Amino acid sequence: MAIIGRAALIIALVVCAYGIFASVYGALKGRRDFVESARRAVYALALTTTVAFAVLEIAFLRSDFSFSVVASHSSTTTPWHYKAAAMWSSQEGSLLLWVWLLSIWSSLVIFLTRHRLRDVVPWATAVLLGYGAFFTGLLVFWVHPFTTLAQAPADGQGLNPLLRHPAMMIHPPMLYSGYTLFAIPFAFAIGALIAKRVDAEWIRSTRRFALAAWLLLGCGILLGARWSYTELGWGGYWAWDAVENASLMPWLTGTAFIHSIMIQEKRGMLKVWNVSLVLATGILCVLGTFLVRSGILDSIHAFGASTLGVPFVTLIAGMSIGSIALVVWRRGLLRSEHKLDSFLSREAIFLLNNLVLVALCFVIFWLTFLPLITEIFGDQRAVGPPVFSRYTVPLALVLVLLSGIGPLIAWRRATPRNLRKTFAMPVLFGVVAFVALLFVPNVPQKPLALAMFVLGAFVIGTIAQEVWRGAVARHAMTGEVYPLAVVSLVRRNRRRYGGYFVHLGIVILFVGVAASTAFQHAEDVRLQVGQTATVNGYQVKYERSTATYRSDPRGTGALLTLGAVLDVSKHGKHVATLYPARGYFPSDDASQGLFTQLINGDPTSEVALKTGPTRDFWTAVSPDFSKLQPMVDAIDKAIPPNVSQAGLIRGLQAGLTALQARYEQSPPPAMFRLISSPLVMWIWIGALISIGGGLIALWPAPDAARRRATAAIRARVAQDLGRA
Amino acid sequence: MVDVLAPLAIFALMLAIVYVVTGPLRRGAMTQAQAREESDRQNLEAARDAKYREIRDAELDRETGKLSDADWRVLDRELRGEAVDILRRLDDLHGR
Repeated sequence: MAIIGRAALIIALVVCAYGIFASVYGALKGRRDFVESARRAVYALALTTTVAFAVLEIAFLRSDFSFSVVASHSSTTTPWHYKAAAMWSSQEGSLLLWVWLLSIWSSLVIFLTRHRLRDVVPWATAVLLGYGAFFTGLLVFWVHPFTTLAQAPADGQGLNPLLRHPAMMIHPPMLYSGYTLFAIPFAFAIGALIAKRVDAEWIRSTRRFALAAWLLLGCGILLGARWSYTELGWGGYWAWDAVENASLMPWLTGTAFIHSIMIQEKRGMLKVWNVSLVLATGILCVLGTFLVRSGILDSIHAFGASTLGVPFVTLIAGMSIGSIALVVWRRGLLRSEHKLDSFLSREAIFLLNNLVLVALCFVIFWLTFLPLITEIFGDQRAVGPPVFSRYTVPLALVLVLLSGIGPLIAWRRATPRNLRKTFAMPVLFGVVAFVALLFVPNVPQKPLALAMFVLGAFVIGTIAQEVWRGAVARHAMTGEVYPLAVVSLVRRNRRRYGGYFVHLGIVILFVGVAASTAFQHAEDVRLQVGQTATVNGYQVKYERSTATYRSDPRGTGALLTLGAVLDVSKHGKHVATLYPARGYFPSDDASQGLFTQLINGDPTSEVALKTGPTRDFWTAVSPDFSKLQPMVDAIDKAIPPNVSQAGLIRGLQAGLTALQARYEQSPPPAMFRLISSPLVMWIWIGALISIGGGLIALWPAPDAARRRATAAIRARVAQDLGRA
Repeated sequence: MVDVLAPLAIFALMLAIVYVVTGPLRRGAMTQAQAREESDRQNLEAARDAKYREIRDAELDRETGKLSDADWRVLDRELRGEAVDILRRLDDLHGR
C-alpha cells in the first residue's frame, strides 16, 4: 500500500507542475484549452492527494506498523478514534492533511468560478497549484509519510498522551481548513493584481471562502483553548503561547478583511488595504503552519522540532516579497473610486475597526517574535501574559466599542438627528449596566473588567435594537407576528443579521474572558488525605486517593492512573465531588529499569471541574511520586535479569498491582491546583453563538426568497429603465 | 498479488489523470469570444445581484431608522441608476 501512497504524491507533484505551466501559458497566450486543462489539473491534485490521504489513514486504522509514521505515532492500545486522528499528530500526516484540504477547497472554488473571472482564474489556479507543489514537494523530498520499516515492530510507540482528547481529534483539521481556505482569497487577490482586474468581482467570488476560513480557523482556535483548559494542568484557556498566537494573527487580519471588503463592494474604496490584508493573512497562515512544527519558538503546543525551516522560510520570504512587489506595481489601479464622505459613516467605523485589528495583530506578532528578534542581538528576552494583556486589553475594549457603533451608523453619512435616534437605547443599556455593576462587590476595583462589561451591555443593546426595529418594520410590511418576523428578517438578510449574532457571541466571549481573568482565585496546595484547603470561600477536602491500572476511566490509554476524590463545599453546603487524576505512560528510555520504563513516560493531568453559568471550579492533582520511587526501584530489583517473557509480564503486573494497592491504602501527599473562575462557561457559549452567526452569514439565501426580493427591486429598476 | 496490483493501480491512476487533464487540449476549448462573453455575462449578473442587495440594504437602513427618508431617496435613486447601467450592459451583451 505504501507504494501507492508514494506514487500518488509524485503524480500530484507532476500534476501541480503541469497545471502551473498550463494556466500561465493559457493566460499569457489566451489559450482557453490550456486554462481548462489547468483547471482539471486542480481536480487531479484533489484525486491524488485523496488517494495518498486514504492510504495513510487506512494504515493508521489497521495499525500497520510497517509504516514508520504509524509505528511512531500509534499503537494497538490506542483507542480507534484516536488512531483515526493520530495521523495529524505527526509532521508527515499534518502536511498531507494540509495539502489534501487545500486541494479540496481549490477544486471547489475553481469549479464555482469556471464561467467567471476569465482573466483572474488562470493566475489564481497557478498560485493554488504553487501551494500544492510546495507541500507535495515537501512530502516527496523532505518528509516521507510512506517510509516503511524492514521489520515491522509488534506494537507502536503510541499517540502523545496530551493529544488523547476529543478536541484534539478535530482541532488540527479545523485549523488547517481555516489556513487552506484563506489560500483561496490570497490566490484570487494575486490573480486580480496580475490580470489588472482589481474591482470587487474577485472579492464577491471568494467572499464565502474567506468567511468559511474565518469561521473554521475560529473553531480551531476555540477547540485549542478548550483542550488547554481541560487537558493541560495549568488551568487556563489562553497562555499567549507562540503557537496559539500564530493561529490568532491570521484570524485577526481575516476578521479585518471580511469587514473591509464590504467597503470595496459598496463604495469601491480601500482596494490597496484589502489586497494587503488578504495577502498578509495568506502569509500569516503559512507562518502559523510553520511555527507549530518548527520548534523555533518555545511552545507548549509545538510537538517536535523539524528540518523544514529552510523551505518554509524561503516560501514565506517569496510570498512576502512577491506580494509587496505586486501591490506596488499595481498601485495605480488600486486607487479608490470614492472618498470618505464623513467620519460619521459606517465606512469610517469599519476603517477604525480595521486599524485596531491590525494593531492587535502587530502587537501580538512583535511580542511573539521578541525572543527571536532579541536573540539576534545576543540578549534573548521573552515576555509573558501580563505584557500581552497590557497592550491587547485596551485595543480589545476599543474593538468592542466599535462593534457596537458600526451597526448603528448608515453608509456614507449619518446625521446628528439619526445618531440621537439610534444611539439612545444602546447607550441607555450601557449606563444601566454601569450603575448596576457599581453595586456588585469587587467589580468597581477592576476598571478594565468593568469597562468591558459596560461596553458589552452597549453592544447587546445595539443588537437588540437592530433586531427589534427590523422585526417591527417587517411586521408593519407583512403583518407577520413578531417571532416569525424576526425569523423572516434573518432569513432574508443573512449577511447582516448573521454578522450581528457574531458580534453578540464575541462580546459574550470577551465578557467571559474579562470576568474569568480579573476575578479568578487560584491556589497551589499540598494536601494529605483528610486535609482541607480553602479557595475563594470553597472548602476542598481531600477525601481519599484512587489508583487504577489498565482501566483508565477517561480512555486515554494510561497504564497507571493515580488520582484523588475531592469534596467541594461552600458555607457547609455540598457543591461537588471531583475526581482529578494523573495518567502515567510507558517511557522510551531503555536505560531505566524495566518497571520504571513502564510508567516513567510524560504523565498527563486529567482535570476535574464543576462547571456552571456563574462559576467554574477547576482542579488538577499531581501526586508526589518521589515517595513511591523506593518501591518502584525495589520492584525493578526484584525482576531477575534473565527472566522469561511470561515471567517478566507476571512480574510487571504484580508490581503494578502492588503500587496500585500501596497508593490506595497509604498515599503520599499530593499537590493540588485549585481554581475558582467566574463566567468561564460564557466563553464557550459566546463562541458557539458566534459560530452560529457565522453559519447564518455563510448560508446562501433561499432561492425563492431571493427571487421574491429581487423581483420587487427589478420592477422598481425597470421603471427607471423605462424612463431613461 | 499485492505486488502486481499496486503498480497496476498506479498505472490506472496515471492513465485516468492524463486522459482527463489533456481532454480540453484534444477537443479544443470554446473560442475566445464565446468564453469572454460567458465570463462577462456572469460577472455582470453578479454585479447586478450585488447592486440589488445594496438597494435592499438601504431600504432596511431606512426602516430601522439609520437613514432619513430624504437621505434614502437620494441614495436609492443613485443605486437604481447604477443598477440600470448594469442592466443596459447586460442587454447589450444579449443583443450582441
